[in-house]
Amino acid sequence: MSESIEDIEIQLLLDAVYRHYHYDFRHYARASIKRRLLQARSQWGYDSISDIQSAVLHDESILPKLLNFLTVQVSEMFRDPSYFRALREKVVPHLRTYPSLKVWVAGCSQGEELYSLAVLFAEEGLFERTIFYATDINPAALRAAQAGIYPLDRIQLFTENHRLSGGHSSLSDHYTADYDRAVFSKSLRERTVFSDHSLVTDAAFGEMHLISCRNVLIYFDRELQDRVVGLFGESLVRGGFLGIGSKESLRFSEHADMFAEFVREERIYRRSSQ
Amino acid sequence: MTLQAVVIGTSAGGVQALSQVLPRLPADFPAPVLVVVHVPPKQSNSIVDLFAAKCRLPVKEAEDKEPLAPGTIYFAPPDYHLLVEACGTIALSSDEPVNHSRPAIDVLFESAADAFGPGLAGIVMTGANSDGAQGLRAVYAADGQAIVQIPATAEVATMPEAALTACPDARTMALERIVPALEAMIAR
Repeated sequence: MSESIEDIEIQLLLDAVYRHYHYDFRHYARASIKRRLLQARSQWGYDSISDIQSAVLHDESILPKLLNFLTVQVSEMFRDPSYFRALREKVVPHLRTYPSLKVWVAGCSQGEELYSLAVLFAEEGLFERTIFYATDINPAALRAAQAGIYPLDRIQLFTENHRLSGGHSSLSDHYTADYDRAVFSKSLRERTVFSDHSLVTDAAFGEMHLISCRNVLIYFDRELQDRVVGLFGESLVRGGFLGIGSKESLRFSEHADMFAEFVREERIYRRSSQ
Repeated sequence: MTLQAVVIGTSAGGVQALSQVLPRLPADFPAPVLVVVHVPPKQSNSIVDLFAAKCRLPVKEAEDKEPLAPGTIYFAPPDYHLLVEACGTIALSSDEPVNHSRPAIDVLFESAADAFGPGLAGIVMTGANSDGAQGLRAVYAADGQAIVQIPATAEVATMPEAALTACPDARTMALERIVPALEAMIAR
């Protein structure tokens, strides 16, 4: 089919956001971006995507709201418990051999994956030797990650996931309940550097031992996925580990040869030594 | 315009209903078939195996960025939305549930309507909620073929009834008429 007016408007909006604000969504998977923009349009009561473009160009207070629509992911702590179990049982024994560790949670959104890893590292006795880097392009998401506060009604799911991941502390040791919120312990993030970083436009982070980046690559097109996988390869020490989402794969990437499958069914890869 | 893709959505009673439809597709069926069925995550791996054993067409779980192949049946993986990109590749997303469902039928149907327009057939079958109703309307609005299982013949009529309310001009038919109707849309 020929390009619809809506598709033209979306391309123009993404170009405008990039040219004016340097947030680059032009290589995000288009079908999901379109869904989110149409949601934004109807929630904000605009008639067209072009109206969003006009609003965001002329009123910079719209930008954070647009970023929330385009980037924020509600995740779970210990989502896919078998992934965290594999980290615990298969990756941790290798990590133990290093005197100090760097872990990068790329696209940390509101921090669920970061706190999961912090709890896991604390349980495995690696926490004190680790620095965590939690990055996202959305400042509001980073603030939420830094706060570490989740609705109490999600805690039952997090607790069950944690148990299935092989957790051997009680998750409740790590947060305090405050009315309808669970506030995660400050000590869990005292070794975390929160930072604004774009996988699309920014450079590699040095010498990581583990990068966990789950359900971020599926939002990128092939070209951008390739860039990011290369970036991860450059950011890892030789023999360092990369964990991605259960439906993501490095198979089609031009940088696939930088990695070897380590735990295939959990999508955990290891940086090759060449 | 010939049939380019088929999307099917179903929920409660869906495995039974799909068993009346998918195995009837002939080995030379030319279009990809994408299916969202709401089932608990633990059961969904077995669904691919179940239908692979019954069908003449290859059956697989949809993978992100995979180009759609003709005559292949794709099931949405558990806990991910299934979408189609305009260029005819599969996209998965972990966006929040829609209609309390992930995968959601509406998400698949709306993206496929966008990608295939009049070349798409969308089918809503038995189910206990109204997911798929908006999606079917999108299929119809894009000049695709909208088909609904006759509610009286559905194990649970809620889903087909909701689809007909949202898209009153959809064609209704019994399950065994669906494959012949799809074959009639193929330009030979």
